[in-house]
Amino acid sequence: MSDIVEKTLTALPGLFLQNQSVGGPTAAKASFSSRLGGLVRGITALTSKHEEEKLIQQELNNLKATVSAPTTTLKMMKECMVRLIYCEMLGYDASFGYIHAIKLAQQGNLLEKRVGYLAVSLFLHESHELLLLLVNTVVKDLQSTNLVEVCMALTVVSQIFPREMIPAVLPLIEDKLQHSKEIIRRKAVLALYKFYLIAPNQVQHIHVKFRKALCDRDVGVMAASLHIYFRMIKENSSAYKDLTGSFVTILKQVVGGKLPVDFNYHSVPAPWLQIQLLRILGLLGKDDQRTSELMYDVLDESLRRAELNHNVTYAILFECVHTVYSIYPKSELLEKAAKCIGKFVLSPKINLKYLGLKALTYVIQQDPTLALQHQMTIIECLDHPDPIIKRETLELLYRITNAQNITVIVQKMLEYLQQSKEEYIIVNLVGKIAELAEKYLLVAFGNVLVLNTVDTYAPDNAWFIQTMNAVFSVGGDVMHPDIPNNFLRLLAEGFDDETENHQLRLYAVQSYLTLLDVENVFYPQRFLQVMSWVLGEYSYLLNKETPEEVITKLYKLLMNDSISSETKAWIIAAVTKLTPQAHSSNIVERLIQEFTTSLDTSLRQLAFELKHLHENVKLMKSLLPIDKSCEDMVVDASLSFLDGFVAEELTQGAAPYKPHHQRQEEKLSQEKVLNFEPYGLSFSSSGFTGRQSPAGISLGSDISGNSTETGLKETNGLKLEGIKKLWGKEGYLPKKESKTGDETEAPPVPQESIIMENGDQTVTKKDQSQVLTQSKEEKEKQLLASSLFVGLGSESTINLLGKADTVSHKFRRKSKIKETKSEETTTDQNIICSSFSSSSNVTYEEDYCLDNLQDRGDKELKKFSLSSELLDSESLTELPLVEKISNCRLSTPSLFADNNMEVFHPPQATAASVANEISLASSLLEETSEHIHSDLMEVCNNETISMSSYKIWKDDCLLVVWSVFNKSGLELKSANLEIAPAENFKITEQPECCLPVIEAESTKNFQYSVQMEKPFAEGNLSGFITYQVMDTHSVQLEFSVNLSLLDFIRPLKISTEDFGKLWLSFANDVKQNVKMSESQAALSSTLKALQQELRLHVVDIIGNEGLLACQLLPSFPCLLHFRVHGDILALWFRSSCSTLPDYLLYQCQKVMEGS
Amino acid sequence: LSKYYEHVEINKCRLLETEVIKSCLSRSNEQCSFIDYKDFKLIYQQYAAVFIVVGVNDTENEMAIYKFIHNFVEVLDDSFSRVSELDIMFNLDKVHIILDEMALSGCIMETNWARILVPLQILDKMLDS
Repeated sequence: MSDIVEKTLTALPGLFLQNQSVGGPTAAKASFSSRLGGLVRGITALTSKHEEEKLIQQELNNLKATVSAPTTTLKMMKECMVRLIYCEMLGYDASFGYIHAIKLAQQGNLLEKRVGYLAVSLFLHESHELLLLLVNTVVKDLQSTNLVEVCMALTVVSQIFPREMIPAVLPLIEDKLQHSKEIIRRKAVLALYKFYLIAPNQVQHIHVKFRKALCDRDVGVMAASLHIYFRMIKENSSAYKDLTGSFVTILKQVVGGKLPVDFNYHSVPAPWLQIQLLRILGLLGKDDQRTSELMYDVLDESLRRAELNHNVTYAILFECVHTVYSIYPKSELLEKAAKCIGKFVLSPKINLKYLGLKALTYVIQQDPTLALQHQMTIIECLDHPDPIIKRETLELLYRITNAQNITVIVQKMLEYLQQSKEEYIIVNLVGKIAELAEKYLLVAFGNVLVLNTVDTYAPDNAWFIQTMNAVFSVGGDVMHPDIPNNFLRLLAEGFDDETENHQLRLYAVQSYLTLLDVENVFYPQRFLQVMSWVLGEYSYLLNKETPEEVITKLYKLLMNDSISSETKAWIIAAVTKLTPQAHSSNIVERLIQEFTTSLDTSLRQLAFELKHLHENVKLMKSLLPIDKSCEDMVVDASLSFLDGFVAEELTQGAAPYKPHHQRQEEKLSQEKVLNFEPYGLSFSSSGFTGRQSPAGISLGSDISGNSTETGLKETNGLKLEGIKKLWGKEGYLPKKESKTGDETEAPPVPQESIIMENGDQTVTKKDQSQVLTQSKEEKEKQLLASSLFVGLGSESTINLLGKADTVSHKFRRKSKIKETKSEETTTDQNIICSSFSSSSNVTYEEDYCLDNLQDRGDKELKKFSLSSELLDSESLTELPLVEKISNCRLSTPSLFADNNMEVFHPPQATAASVANEISLASSLLEETSEHIHSDLMEVCNNETISMSSYKIWKDDCLLVVWSVFNKSGLELKSANLEIAPAENFKITEQPECCLPVIEAESTKNFQYSVQMEKPFAEGNLSGFITYQVMDTHSVQLEFSVNLSLLDFIRPLKISTEDFGKLWLSFANDVKQNVKMSESQAALSSTLKALQQELRLHVVDIIGNEGLLACQLLPSFPCLLHFRVHGDILALWFRSSCSTLPDYLLYQCQKVMEGS
Repeated sequence: LSKYYEHVEINKCRLLETEVIKSCLSRSNEQCSFIDYKDFKLIYQQYAAVFIVVGVNDTENEMAIYKFIHNFVEVLDDSFSRVSELDIMFNLDKVHIILDEMALSGCIMETNWARILVPLQILDKMLDS
């Protein structure tokens, strides 16, 4: 929640008052006579910005003198602070007062202190250096007996506190959690929340206390702790599933009105608390049926209770809907939520409408039919005078875009785009349009390829190019650079169908030529760059226009002053590409003349390249072949062809090349030693960066830094290299796989579409009957609606007509078999379809003019061709359900397994299995006696098998062994153990992991070695075992094992000397003071305990200091330094890994508390 | 009066505020109280001559914030007995203190009137005595 940039602004009165007469209201307040009053009045009386600046400067100078004068009393200082705050609010720098704010917080009485703290929290930011000066004050105030002071200190801590100083106040704040006053407890919790935000590692050990806060008898404290839980659950929801019950109970109580009355807001019980709880539940229940089931009741209750007609209940309802759709779905709740959305959307109140649209946008991906119910409202919103509503609607449409309605939706988006001025919106929208256009161009191609029927209405080449043209010309230079790059790649790589490619490219070239012909139009630079690339590559496709004409156009463009030199470089590159195809070259020569004297080096470079190539036409043709932009270029990165040349130069006494960094090093050390390392590598890197843009081809000049003599001779050869790279520039990127996959995945199944067509017809007929009674305007909207929701339409017919549904299902099954026959049937369908469309045309004729009619008919056709695709997607949605179920894990063992050293005996374990465990243990001892290992722990069992696991802490890795005991008298077949990949672990299977047979009453072991990839405190390793009993169906059993950091810590045996060296080399350190109990007083005994529990190696003990070392597998060393100081133990950790010290500290504290 | 829960450069603040104010002023009563601004949302409410604007990120519940603003104003009204823009201007320290009680590190923390005003009342008493 606090990633929110929350900001409150009430700066407006100033603006307003400027226009008001200052006399009346201000005079009434004359009794309030302070300097601030004077200042505010002074400023509001001013008329110009300039005067304001003058006044403030004057005021600041005054203040500067006052605050630094020794005679200033604290009370005056307080006044000054308020005025400083005011000045800084207006945007003037008041940094000279910061130090005084801290002083005021230190010295003042309560009110002055508060203002001091306030000023500090407003002026400074988290990493400001002056903040360190505040720490002492805060510590003092925290220990104060005055409640108000403690309160203030806690407030400022939760607002702003330096991360490094947390250990200094943490124990004090922990104490405050037990305070008798609720306000102190509440603020302490919030301070901890702040700590959790900025340094989660440091508050790990007090998670238990959070739980206590959650159960606090005071509502405020509980509510405060919810913020922490919201955060933690957001990061890792699986670890807090056990709390679901508590949250549900709390929400039940809140909803049921069990809270004190003063928490009600307009007779709604604690609305914000409800919202927070709903949000947490939404996170917990996501994709988890079991957890979701717990909350169905209370959600239902909330939905019911929140029907009061007050604004804040709408907020609750909105959150409820959100939660209902986030968690594992339940049809009744979904129905109710959908009703709620309907209420929102239909509301005349604009804010509610906005919420409704937002909810729809969220819901629509799961349930597109909902959009159909509200299609008319959506259409209305699309023409809403409020641009915000319009945008939200477009966002919604963006989500429901499919191949059929894309043209209309993109059209709407472009319209909006042309109206909007704000850069951010343009960038965003342009990205979306481009994405849609590209996506559906691919889909359309897929369809064309498979169906071979006339796909008249789907987005085609011309549409695509036009859309992209619009995108480029509006989006211009602010849009994301990926968009033109993707577009060019799409053009270059093309599709499987050669003729389509040809058409697309040809159309692009033609449209660009026409665009360039238009006089006096300014195009964005990016668009021009795209144009010139396309023209350079694909002008050969043109029949009428000769390359000369294209070159002439490009040249004209080039001479235009308004274009940037980067664009010019693109254009020259295009001309270069076209030159070999041209017959006469007057213009090229003119261009060369013009630009070989250009002041821009990269342009000159390009011109020279062109010149040299132009002199050698044959070479040019071989270098610049037609339509080969996708071919991979083999670039000799080591520049080996130069080796001979270099050797020759070296024998003639030239200095060997030194890479840039080496030269600098040498300069620094002033050592004149020759270095004979090969230089190829640094060349290649600069060579590759040269590929990024045509302007970067000035590779030759890089190299000529070598020595002037070689530089001159090299340019020729190198230039060629450079141009080659230019050709590879937009070059082939192997990203095709996903697209082709998509295309083949959507083979239309024609039979169904007949049925679908039937359904559609009935619907449209219904529509028509309504249409007749409605006004003409309505009709237009309906038409728009039908075109917008056309893709969804066919789905709705399934819902509307149960019959059609079942039939189509049948057909789906059949169609799989008949797929091969589809070609025959397509012709039939064409006939049917055309008859349908003609019949619909007849009915339409009464209402619409001819072109509308045409549209309609086209749409029907299009529906027909693609409705089958929708059915496919429908069947796909069933799949995730299955997955979700399999995601539910048996998480109970992990709850108890907090300390995995403990043996965990399930009470229900049968005598047999216990006995078995013992025998197992003994057998284990034999195997693994050379390594330390944990005790056996049962992770899961059922009637046939019981699974236990134990860990072996080997020197180089952690081995986890799962042993499966077959309790039954039957043989188990094809037993297989699978471990789910975990984020932080690398798991390697040891041999013998799949066993064909487990004999009756025997035990088998599975071994896995686990490595930690990055340090963290605890993690879960889960997996499942499958087996078959007597050839029947296979059984699956899930389990999980808790692994802690300690499983990966090994002693690091080093000498004191090495310790010293390592100590200095590590950058990450953490210090903490720990109080020791009586029994631990001796250092050696403490160290011994740590040695045993944490597997640390005691390097040395010197007086009251101790040195320890350990390493986190595979090889992250961590060093510890202990010093006893009375009853305080100062711990100091250093490591090469940044997070490791924090975690180790936590473990150490745990051990110390425990012993 | 402005309050940031994330650090923003001072000159950027100025720019941001002017833009935010502009976008709020340009809207009429019939339009909705939520505006997209850059990558976050502005939620505003107008009370006579006073606009209160809150910027939140995408995940926030707009209506909840909208009502939170109202709650804030109600609390102000309670503590200044019929609050006007002048109260807010002349007592910006007090308003800040109230806001600090209601929202901390970017989240709504207290919405109970009585509790919000407790610290302020203690301070007022101190001032009187």
